[in-house]
Amino acid sequence: MSNPQVSKDATILKKTVLLRRKPSTSSRPPLKKGTLVGKILFYGLIGFFLLNLVGLVGSVLVDSFGERWFGTWLPANWTGRWYEYIGSDHNMGQLLTNTLFVAVTTTLIALLVGFPAAYILARKQFRFKGLLTGFYLLPMLIPPLAYGIPLATFLIRQDLHRSLAGIILLNLVPVLPFVILILAPFIEQVDVSLESASRILGANRFQTFRRVVLPLVIPGLLTAGLLSLVRTIAMFELTFLIADANTQTLVVALYGDAFGAGIRPNQAISAMAVIYMATTMALLVFALIFIKPTQFVVQLKSNKSK
Amino acid sequence: MANLFVRQSQTTTRWMLIRRLNIWTLLLSLPALLTVLILFIYPLLFGLDQSFRSGARGEGDWTLQNYEKFFGDSRQVDTIWTTFQIALPVTFFSVALSVPLAYFMRRGIKFERLITTILILPITLGTVMVAQAMLNYFGPRGWFNQFLQSIGLIDAPLRLTHNFLGVEIALFIQGFPFAFLLILGYMSGISSDLERASQMLGASQWQTFWRIILPLTIPGIATAFCLSFVANFSVFPSANLLGQPTGETRVISIAAYQAAYIENNRPFGTAIALIMGLIEFAVIMLVLWFSRKMARGATLGGGKGV
Repeated sequence: MSNPQVSKDATILKKTVLLRRKPSTSSRPPLKKGTLVGKILFYGLIGFFLLNLVGLVGSVLVDSFGERWFGTWLPANWTGRWYEYIGSDHNMGQLLTNTLFVAVTTTLIALLVGFPAAYILARKQFRFKGLLTGFYLLPMLIPPLAYGIPLATFLIRQDLHRSLAGIILLNLVPVLPFVILILAPFIEQVDVSLESASRILGANRFQTFRRVVLPLVIPGLLTAGLLSLVRTIAMFELTFLIADANTQTLVVALYGDAFGAGIRPNQAISAMAVIYMATTMALLVFALIFIKPTQFVVQLKSNKSK
Repeated sequence: MANLFVRQSQTTTRWMLIRRLNIWTLLLSLPALLTVLILFIYPLLFGLDQSFRSGARGEGDWTLQNYEKFFGDSRQVDTIWTTFQIALPVTFFSVALSVPLAYFMRRGIKFERLITTILILPITLGTVMVAQAMLNYFGPRGWFNQFLQSIGLIDAPLRLTHNFLGVEIALFIQGFPFAFLLILGYMSGISSDLERASQMLGASQWQTFWRIILPLTIPGIATAFCLSFVANFSVFPSANLLGQPTGETRVISIAAYQAAYIENNRPFGTAIALIMGLIEFAVIMLVLWFSRKMARGATLGGGKGV
């Protein structure tokens, strides 16, 4: 604090920041703004779409608490019995544990396996790099059912379908390229000279990774992890192929209920949908608590320096 | 997508490239490479072998009967056209609508946070949840029809579920936010200096869009198109829940599932799944090739960010 050199540096830094900021905004000619017609059209279209989305979610929520709901804006009486009904119909505890376990494990494995791959794609230049990238991303370009059916057959042959391990392996296929694709730009943003500096100062590869690269890529890991969590929970087409009554996840159970409409009252299926929705949202909020705003600052800074 | 990572530098010589393919690069690329090989490539080859075998368990001799069975049955071949009829218009429409909307929003607008948050909702909730919610909301007694009737726009409720249109709406609700956010990310990355330059040189706003913004966004549009198309091509849950799975929305993924799981003929189901993957992949490659051809020259100067 008392070091005059430091404070001098700080003022110089402030000045240069201020100086750099000013001309960048004022000396350039302003861009033309959108017209009024464009504005009305934009907000009209987006507004209509968003209104329907809110309506979609809202109608499920209202239906799940309604005693009976036919042709009116809102149900006449409210009740919570559909939740009791669906709770006794499904083994809710097992469904929740399966869903969370599969989602979390798949995400962790995908991050662990995907990180090195994303690192070399972001950092290294070598022959056949384009080929390797294409190879990694290939599973994203094929519809899940197309490789899901042979993979499920293969897993059943290996007797892996009776455990959650099979479901995790199945879900790993589309999540891994997804994680690599999200992580690579984040790693690219971390300045290479930081790594070089660390190596020059005597840190070995592992120390450099632990103390320099990893802390700077945490926002990327969290983003990739969060998105793949959500994706795995919603991933129906693959889990559905090998899940049985004991290994199924929430979304598979929801599909079963919805497909067998008529067996259960519609309100009970809506209650199931709300439970599924609440799980996803709860997980999102829970994960967002761990993403501290300060971690985004790092990312913003490196964004600017680019 | 592949060109995200491929960065050519003229100064690096061939010798350096070979030297850089060192042991670390190899080691780091290995975990993901092995995962893709074991869980994706091997099952596909295993499936390919299975699809050429007779017998419900794929134990028989090599034969073409599964493919003959598919292409000889018009009910099965028609599923290809049905799938295209559903997937192509929705993909085109989502992308075409996303481009002007993203163009309008590229510099940020009011309520941007709120709009993007609600837009992410259908992506997080997944196909099954959207389908179940649509059955409530777009049903004959749902809020959507009630509203249209109450303002006197229609006399009888519109049929928006359990038909072709219902499946298209479901895919649009999922696909549009995805395409929109992706293209928005791409467009907001284009430096505003390019627009200023175009304006100063006397181009109208329309010309600027047509000659500057659009060509630079083509890779983003192609990526959005491909990823939406992959999702729309395997419409399995939507087509089952919101369409007529035995009638007008019997898509190829339903045919593959039925053969493998309902008729319990794994080799036949695998054959259909592979046909589905191959057709879809061919379309993707065509789009990527086309976009690369169109974008060549336009992006040579590097319009993205400064």
